[in-house]
Parts: sequence; C-alpha cells; structure tokens
Amino acid sequence: MRTEIFLIIMGMAAVTFFTRFAPAALFRKTGVPFWFERWMKHVPTGILTALIMPALLLPKGYLDVSIDNHYLLAGIVAVIATYLFRNVIVSMGLGLAVMVSLRFFGV
Amino acid sequence: MERKKGKVQGIPITSEFWIGIWDSVPLTIGVIPFGITCGIMALGAGLTAGETLLMSTCVFAGASQFIAITMLGAGISGWGLIVFTTLLVNMRHLLMGASLVPYIIRLPISLQALLSFGMVDETYAITVDRIHKKGYSANYQLGANTAFYSAWILSTAVGVLLSGYISDPLAWGLDFAMPAIFLAMLIPRLINYAAVTVCGVAALVAVVGALYLPGKWYIIIACFAATIVGGLMEGEGQHAN
Repeated sequence: MRTEIFLIIMGMAAVTFFTRFAPAALFRKTGVPFWFERWMKHVPTGILTALIMPALLLPKGYLDVSIDNHYLLAGIVAVIATYLFRNVIVSMGLGLAVMVSLRFFGV
Repeated sequence: MERKKGKVQGIPITSEFWIGIWDSVPLTIGVIPFGITCGIMALGAGLTAGETLLMSTCVFAGASQFIAITMLGAGISGWGLIVFTTLLVNMRHLLMGASLVPYIIRLPISLQALLSFGMVDETYAITVDRIHKKGYSANYQLGANTAFYSAWILSTAVGVLLSGYISDPLAWGLDFAMPAIFLAMLIPRLINYAAVTVCGVAALVAVVGALYLPGKWYIIIACFAATIVGGLMEGEGQHAN
C-alpha cells in the first residue's frame, strides 16, 4: 500500500465521519433547542425529495421531461406502485423491472 | 464492529437489531451495483485491491469515493484537494445527522459515534422511515447500518474480483433502485400541507440547483430552503391555534 494513498483514504475517512458525527457532538452538552428540533423535523422530506428529483428529471445532467427519459417513466411507475401497495420492496422491484425492460427491449 | 456474546459495544442485540437487518437486506440492491462499479473503477484508476477495500471500509461514502477515484485516475493526487472535495460532497450529512440528534442525544457517546459512522443516504432514509412509522430505535438503526456497511464492502470486493471481466453494472439501469426506494419512503410522508410544501420547494430548488450548481450543493441548498419554509409554516400554525 502506498503511503500517499493511505493518507488520502484516512483524510477522507476523517472528514466523512466529521460530517456525520459533528451535529451529535455539538448538541451533546447543550441539548437540542426547540427551534432547532422544529426546523429539523422537515429534513427527511427535504433530503429525500432533493435526492430523488434530479435523479428522475436530469439523469444525464440536463433537464429531460419526455418519454425517452426512462428514469422518469420508471419513477412514475414507482409512485403508482407506492400508492397501491405501500411497500418499499414492491415499489423498488416494479420500478427496476420497468427500467431494465425499457433499457433492454426498448419498449 | 466488535461482537461478544450477543452484544454490540455493550448494547444487547435485541430483535430490533435483526428487524433492522431484515428490512434492509432487500434494499441493499440499491447500493450493490454502486459498490461493484466502485471496485471496477478503482482498479481501472490504478488503485490496488487493498487500497480499494480500505477506502470502502474506512470511508463508506459512495459519491465521494467515486469522485476521489476519478481524481486519482486523472492523476490528481493532492491530499488537500481530494480530502476537501470529500468534505464538500458529504456536507449533506451534517443536515441528516442534525435531524437525528433529537433521537440519539441521550445515547452513550460511543454508540452515537458508531451510529453516525454508518449514516449514509440509504441508512438515513431507512431510519427516518422507521421513525415515521413506529418511532426511533437505535438497535434498528444499527441493524440497517450493519446491513449496508457489509453490502458496501462485499460489493466493492466483488467489483475488485470482477474487474476486467464485466462492464459497469450501473449501465444496466440498476442505479434506479435508489431513487425508487427513496420515492417509496417519501410518499407516505406527504400527509399534510406543510410536508407537501416542503417537498415542492425541495423539488424546485434541487432541480434548478442540479442544473446550475457544481457537485452535490443542490441537495444541501434544496434541503435548507425547504426545511426553513416548513419550519416557518409550523410556527404560523401554532400561532393560529
């Protein structure tokens, strides 16, 4: 193992852990203020949306709202599946099935 | 992770730990293609098998590993540049970690650190989904983390072994598994006006941000904007009551 690469990996590990642990370490002594808790309540919805939308609407880096965008089509199927079945694994399975079929069979 | 006679760092493995693993294992399909691609790319960029596995074991952050590997492959090997880029790419975890603080604040610090180490996009989503449905459980989160951490290391190893034999599995469309999982977890949250507004603001800012901002900034900025709007709406609601 090259020392240079080893040090890069350790540096990456340190900053990654920092971003994940710093909030807990910060509020450990003081407790969580009420305003902060109220603000943070919406983070899951915000993060999930921010992770999903560009993946569906800009899969290749540019905005693509057309039936040629397989990610968008498979995403619509996953949304319908979620409303019908309320099961994460079913939504993922159906979405992936549509995605892979579109890609391989050019349906 | 050290285990002695059914204990993880002094915390008994209750059934919640195993439920967390059980719920997460099917969803690791979302990261396995990325792990395999990570292994293939790393060898292609000139890293050794040992270096590649060490990176997946110690860093456990898909997006920043891909970027670091791409930089190393392009001959960019400045420590500061790669480490700083990793920090920027992972800034979104500050917000995710902060949103879990109210739940983990009373746990022992070693367990907080362990849970934080394993908090990636997917395990965060699974943890908040569980909070939304049944309430928080540290053992459940630990189970989800364990499943995804194992899947990440093992799939990186598979990528290292298959390097040279198969092409990039992400080209098959398997990268869609992750947004599909997140969608199935997002929709049940959209049960009131505030949540729908947060989702709408985040969607708009994320798409515009992804178009015009570099890297992963769109995630953190979209989440910031949306959660502030959500928090302000809640505040008004309380005044009205």
